[in-house]
This record gives sequence, structure tokens and C-alpha cells, in this order.
Amino acid sequence: MFPAAFEYHRPTTLHEALALLEEFGDNAKLMSGGHSLIPSMKLRLIQPEHLIDLASIDALKGIRVDDDVITIGAATTHWEVESSRDIKEALPVLCEVARVIADPQVRNRGTMGGSLANSDPAADWPATIVALDAELVCRSQRGERVVQAAEWFQDLFVTALMDGEILCAIRFKHLPPRTAAAYQKLPHPASRFALVGVSAAVTTDESGRCIEARVGITGVHKHAVHAREVEQSLKGRPFAPAVISSAATMADSGLEIADDIHFSAQDRRELCRTYVERTLKQTYQRMLDCDFQGK
Amino acid sequence: MKHQISITVNGAPYSREVEPRLLLVHFLRETLHLTGTHVGCDTSQCGACTIRLNGQAVKSCTVFAVQANGGDVTTVEGLAQSGELHPIQEAFHECHGLQCGFCTPGMMMAVTQLLDRYPEPTLEQIKHQLDGNICRCTGYHNIIKAVQVAGKKIRAREARVGLS
Repeated sequence: MFPAAFEYHRPTTLHEALALLEEFGDNAKLMSGGHSLIPSMKLRLIQPEHLIDLASIDALKGIRVDDDVITIGAATTHWEVESSRDIKEALPVLCEVARVIADPQVRNRGTMGGSLANSDPAADWPATIVALDAELVCRSQRGERVVQAAEWFQDLFVTALMDGEILCAIRFKHLPPRTAAAYQKLPHPASRFALVGVSAAVTTDESGRCIEARVGITGVHKHAVHAREVEQSLKGRPFAPAVISSAATMADSGLEIADDIHFSAQDRRELCRTYVERTLKQTYQRMLDCDFQGK
Repeated sequence: MKHQISITVNGAPYSREVEPRLLLVHFLRETLHLTGTHVGCDTSQCGACTIRLNGQAVKSCTVFAVQANGGDVTTVEGLAQSGELHPIQEAFHECHGLQCGFCTPGMMMAVTQLLDRYPEPTLEQIKHQLDGNICRCTGYHNIIKAVQVAGKKIRAREARVGLS
């Protein structure tokens, strides 16, 4: 399969990339790892006249762990996250998510920022940035803008990224003490996209009472979402299996779920509740094991 | 507009003028006539087109040749040296790690990365690292055996080199 013809640009600085984006506007498409974009171009679902390859811009790459925040450059690959010792120490759930994305070859090319800017409804990172309350740093010729994860996903393949902007980095706060986190997914057997994927981060007090719970769901709605009712239901109660099971029954509440080629809507609702319950129970088990995240 | 690109493939430098939409796999097969790399699904799932690009196993059906400009590529043709099979090729041969052979070039290139990352891989690591390569014949049983044997051969070879 051949994509439609296009002009290829490979800027080496962010400044140059933003200028190209400004010049070509809607006729341009930004490419990071290209592992969603190139297949879409081969199917001619997307036919950009100008392809702006972000691969040579060093400012978009790399992982930095500071005292207050963990910054991951948007063009950092899934494998770089999966294999990062710094991330394994500071926020190991990110390594866990990265290692179940697609397959090793795809993880060598695909990037965190590419996945988040594409916002595939079945991608893995979206559920996790929602659950970890990440910030997305965008740059345009007008300057920098920071978007909260909960506001990033707006519709099917639609994000808060504005015309002329490039997603440059994703920032995660260190999790508070007594916080455990987990990610579980049901992968599609061929593509390994999440038929359902659930990310959870829960903080308890000394007595085991839940003081903060964040649950992100991917694969079931048109974009990643918070399971708000589950989070509300857990807060203030003892974080324990019976409470988790009861809260998980609300996991699909308010989500738009339709029949598709894989599942009936009812099956998918059931899967959604089941995976929320499993992920929270894994989080609970990690608390029992004192397997906490971060500092 | 065509782009002039320079790529090192299996140690030899090549410079060619290519259209930006030319995929790396077609550059290898049709421009350089290195047809060992196969096109299977053409949708970045099956892994038959796996090569190493700057040390990383990638699916060459999902990379444009222009993206590999200045890069270093190894294909299955680059495994054997001076007429001697690579230990991974020997192991696939000895363990019968193939039936029809269509997936084998990509499978072996994925195994080169697997054994670089995990010289003594566990069964779990082998399975996890071969997630991106589909074989419709073997049921993977002998492929996994071949990986284990190849790992042993490479370690033994490195020990010999270390001694001499």
C-alpha cells in the first residue's frame, strides 16, 4: 500500500517545526513515531500534503526526574519509558503501561506524545495520564500552554491541542505517600490495542481509608475518561475488597458504549466493570505488599 | 519532490533519490533488490518486514525510507558472515524453527534484538519480545526452542572470543 504523495520536512528545532506548521496549517500533519499515522496514510484515510517529521528535534525527547515533577518529552518512545531506570524508580506504573503497548517493534518507534496527540479511543497512555492527573505542555508561536489530562480528550480522535500547537512534553507529579497504582488491559489479540484498559492510583491514610482515588478508562468510550462515580464512591471509605467491588459496579455509568465487531455493548459494559474491579484490587494488593509508587 | 538519501545497509553505503512516500521495505526490496525482508500484512502487525534500524528492531512497512536517511540498517541478508550462518540462523535450522519460512527473516531479526536485550532470556521474556511477529505454521514451539539454543550459541561464542 502506498500513501498519496506528500512533501517531507524534517526540522531540527522546535522553532523551525512551529514555523512550518504555521506556514502549511491544515495541509500539514505532524509525525512523531508514525505508527498510527503511517498506517492511516497507507489506507489513505489521511492524505496530508506536508508531513513534518519531529524525529530530529532533541528538545522533544528525553526523561527528566526532578524533585517536584517527572517530565517526559513528547517524542520519547514507549521503549524508552519501558526501559528507563529513572521512571522505574520514580513512577513504575508508567513502565508497566509501556511494556504492554502493542509489540517491541512498535514500542521502539511509537511515542508517548504521538499516542496522546492522536487520542485513539483504545490507546493505553490516555487512561494512565488521566489516572495520574498529568499535565500536557503545548507550544505554539504564541507561547506555552499547559492542559490538564482531564481536559485533554475531547471527542473521538479530538484533543485540546489547538491549531499551530505542538505537544512538547507530559508532566507527572510524584505521587503522595501511601499511594499504589496499577494498569490492566484486555488486549486485542492482533493489534494489542486495549479492548478495555484501566489505570488506577489510590492514596490511603494510615488507617487504610481512601483519601484520593483516580481511575482512568480507555477502550470503551470515544476517548479516555475518569470513572468519576467510582472515584467518588471510594473516597472516604476503607479501601478494601468489598468496597472496591461495590464501587466498580458504577464503572460504566455515563459512558457512551455501542455494539461493535468485538463485543455487544452489554458485554463491553461488563468488561469495563470487571477491569475496574481487577485493577483496583491489584492496587489494594500492592498496598498490602507496601508496593507503593514513587517517594 | 524527491529526496537524496544515504543509508548504510548491512555495512555497505547506498545513496539513492527517493519519493518521500516510498516505504523502507520497498526501498530495500525494490530499489536495493534485498528481497530477504518480506511484506506480510502491510499493516505493522505481522512482523515479517522486521529489520534493525540504528540498532532497533522496526517494522519496515511502517517507516518511510526518508526517515532512515543517515541511518544504519541490518536485514536478514546481513546476518551470515563470510559464508558462515549466524548462530540464530543455525539454531532456527537445527531446531526446525520454521515451516513455510515466510515469517522467518523478520522473526530472526526480532530475535537479534531479543538476545541483545536479554542474553539469557526467560520463557516469559521470549514470548513478550516476540509479540510483534506472527507465525501461522509452527505454533511457536520450535521458534522458542531456537531462541534458547541461539542464546546458548552466542554466549558460547562470546566465551570463546573472550578466551582467545
